[in-house]
Amino acid sequence: MTQHAWLMLGAFMLILLVLAKPLGEFIANVMEGRRHVLSRVGTPVESLIYRLAAVNREQEMGWLNYAISVLLLSLIGVLFVYLLQRLQPWLPLNPQQMAAVSADSSFNTAVSFVTNTNWQGYSGETTMSYLTQMLGLTVQNFLSAATGIVVAIALIRGFVRHSSATIGNFWVDLTRVTLYILLPLSTVFALVLVSQGVIQNFAANVDAHTLEGAAQTLAMGPVASQEAIKMIGTNGGGFFNANSAHPFENPTPLSNALQMLAIFLIPAALTFTFGKMVGSPRQGWALLAAMSILFVSLAMVTISAEQQGNPLLSDSGVAQSFSATKLLPGGNMESKEMRFGIADSALFATITTAASCGAVNSMHDSYTPLGGMIPLVLIQLGEVVFGGVGSGLYGMLIFAVLAVFIAGLMIGRTPEYQGKKIEVFEMKMVSIAILITPLLVLIGTAVAVLLADGRAGILNPGAHGFSEVLYAFSSAANNNGSAFAGLSANTPFYNLLLAVAMWFGRFGVIVPVLALAGALAAKKRIAETSGTLPTHGPLFVALLIGTVLLVGLLNYVPALALGPLVEQLMLAPSR
Amino acid sequence: MKNQIRPALSLFIMLSVLTGLLYPFLVTGISQVAFPHQANGSLIVRDGKPLGSELIGQNFTEPKYFWGRPSATASSPYNAEASGGSNLGPLNPALKDAVEGRVKALREADPGNTAPIPVDLVTASASGLDPHISPAAAQWQASRIARVRGLNEAEVSKLIKQHTEPRQLGLLGEPRVNVLALNMALDGIAYRGAQR
Repeated sequence: MTQHAWLMLGAFMLILLVLAKPLGEFIANVMEGRRHVLSRVGTPVESLIYRLAAVNREQEMGWLNYAISVLLLSLIGVLFVYLLQRLQPWLPLNPQQMAAVSADSSFNTAVSFVTNTNWQGYSGETTMSYLTQMLGLTVQNFLSAATGIVVAIALIRGFVRHSSATIGNFWVDLTRVTLYILLPLSTVFALVLVSQGVIQNFAANVDAHTLEGAAQTLAMGPVASQEAIKMIGTNGGGFFNANSAHPFENPTPLSNALQMLAIFLIPAALTFTFGKMVGSPRQGWALLAAMSILFVSLAMVTISAEQQGNPLLSDSGVAQSFSATKLLPGGNMESKEMRFGIADSALFATITTAASCGAVNSMHDSYTPLGGMIPLVLIQLGEVVFGGVGSGLYGMLIFAVLAVFIAGLMIGRTPEYQGKKIEVFEMKMVSIAILITPLLVLIGTAVAVLLADGRAGILNPGAHGFSEVLYAFSSAANNNGSAFAGLSANTPFYNLLLAVAMWFGRFGVIVPVLALAGALAAKKRIAETSGTLPTHGPLFVALLIGTVLLVGLLNYVPALALGPLVEQLMLAPSR
Repeated sequence: MKNQIRPALSLFIMLSVLTGLLYPFLVTGISQVAFPHQANGSLIVRDGKPLGSELIGQNFTEPKYFWGRPSATASSPYNAEASGGSNLGPLNPALKDAVEGRVKALREADPGNTAPIPVDLVTASASGLDPHISPAAAQWQASRIARVRGLNEAEVSKLIKQHTEPRQLGLLGEPRVNVLALNMALDGIAYRGAQR
C-alpha cells in the first residue's frame, strides 16, 4: 500500500466516526419520538400525512402486522415501478423518447430497487426516461432504505422492550425516517455533489462538436438528486451505466470521498443508535469495532493487490510501478478512472461491497483475482460489515445472537443477549435469516452454470467466467447490486432468476428478523448475573468476528476455490 | 391485513410525490440558480456551440494532440451516450492483446521513444469517458507532440506542468492532467479550466 492509500483509509475511518456518532444519536431521538431539531418544521407535515393516510400514530403493531405492512408497501412498489417502465413512452419527462422497457427487465429492475439491491441489467442512459428515474427509481431508493432502517429499529425495540406485544407502527417509522433522516441528508448532499459537477437538469442530450471535429452526444438528466440517495440509502443504482465511474455522477476526488462516506454513514450511525436505545453505548461500540476490524483488514488486501498490477502485462513494455516523483500511479488501471487512481478506487470497491450499496467507481470484473475476491467475500459475509442501511445492523445483530448461542453451548449456560434469553424459537429465526442467502446464492449459481442460458451470459473465459456468475447471485441474494459486469444479465433467464434471489434474499431475512423482534419484545428482561457473558468487551468482538467469518467461510470456500482462488493460482507461475 | 391497505396506498402516493417529484424539482431549482454551469454539464462553448464538457473525455487520434485513456464504450470510443468499461478479466487473453495493440500504436507514433508506457495510457477507463491521464502519461507523449508541432520539448513539458491538477485538498485522488484542456491549450484556445 502506498502512503496515500494509508492516509485515505485512516482519514476515512476517522471522519466516518466523527459524523456517525451524532447522527446515530439523532436517529435514536427521531425513532423514539423525542423532540429534535427538525420537529418544529416537520411535525405539521408529519401530522398531515398521518391524517390523509388514516394512520393512528398511537396504535402500534405486533410483528406480524408490521411484516405485512412491509410486504404490502414493497408489493405496491414493485407493481408501480414495473408499470412506469412499461408505460414510459406515453408519459412526460422523456426527452430522449426512450421506448418501453421489456417485461422481464422491468420486473427485474422493479424488484431490484424495491429490495434495496439496485442490480442493473439495463444501461441507464439508453433505457430509462427521466420520469422513471425519479418517480420510479429514486422513490424506491428512499422507501427501500427507510424500510431497512425501520426493520433494524423494530429489532432493537425487541431487545429494549419487555413483556410487550408490539414493536412499533411501521407507517409512523417509515414516515419519520424519510422525513427527518433521508430527505434532509439527501438534499444537502445532492447540492454538494452539484457544486462538484454532478449534473441536475431536465434537458435533452447535448450534441457537441469535439476538438478533433467529431460528434459527441452528452447524456443529461436529473442525476444529483438520485445520486445522493443512491449513496445515503446504500442503494447503488447508477443513473448511467458506468455508475459512479461516470464523470457526471462522480466528477472529482472530493465527490468520490463524500460518496464513500455517505455509503457508510447511516450503517455506522445505527450502531450508535443501537447503543443509545439499549441504554448502553458500549454495546453499539462492540458491533462497530467488529465491523471496522473486518472492513479495514479486507480493504488493505484489495488495495495492495490492485497496486501490484497485472503480472501478465509485465513484459509488454508497460510501466505498472508506482512512482511519486514521476507522478506515475501504476497498478492495475484497467477499468479504473485516473482521477481516483488505485487507492480511491479499491477503497470504494470494498466500501460499496462491505455495505450493501453496490455503486461502483471502477469495474470489479477487471480487478486482479485477489483484489476482486475481497468485494465478493464481503458480499458473501451477508452484508453485515456495516452492511446496508438497517439491514447491516439487523444482520450483525443476528450474528451477535448466534455468537452468544455458540458461546452458551461452549460454557454450558442458557445464552442471553441484551437481557433476553435466547431460546428455540429465536434460534430458528436466526437460522433461517442466516441460511436463506447462501442457499439462494449457491443453488442459483449451480443452476446458471449448468444451463446453456446461464453460460451464454459469461464474458470472460475460464475460472473468471464462473466468478461472474457467482458474483451475480451473491450480489442479488445479499441485496448488494454490484456486478462482475462482463456478465450479460439482461436476458429473461437472468432477469427472472436474479429477481427471485433478490426478493427472497431481502424478505426471507426481514420476516424472520421481525418475528425475532416480536418474540424478544414479548419476553421478560432477565437480570445480569456473574454468569452472563459480557457483550461489549474485546472477547465478544473477537467471538462475533469469528462467527461471521466461520459461517461465511463454511458456506462459500468451495465456490470461491472454483473462481478467484484458482485464478490467483493460475496467475502465480507467470510471476 | 385489510386495514393496512389504505395507509399503504396513501403513504406510497404521498411519499412518492415527496421524494420522486418535489425533492428532485427542489434540487434542480436550487442547482440551476446556485451552480448553473455544473448542473448543466460543465459545458465548454466555442462560437456559440458546445465543444464538449470539462468533465467528459474526448477521443483523440491525431498525432498533434495528446491522447487520452483508451475507451471501451459501445459502438465507438468516448460515446457519451453509452458509458462503460471493458470488463475484461485480468487473465483474459483479449486484455493482453488489447494492451499490446495500444503499446504498438503509441510506439509507432513516436518510434524514438523507448521508455516504458505508463499503465493508464494503455488500459481502458471504467467509464470510457475518463477526461484525465496521469502526468507521467502526458510526459511520455511530450516528444511526439514536440516533434509534430515543431515545438521545444521543454515547452511541452512546461504546458503539462501547468495543466497538472494536484490531489484535491492535498489528499484525495491522484495527480492528473485533463487531456481536452491540455489539447485546447496546445491549439491556443482559451479555456476556463477544470481546476476545482
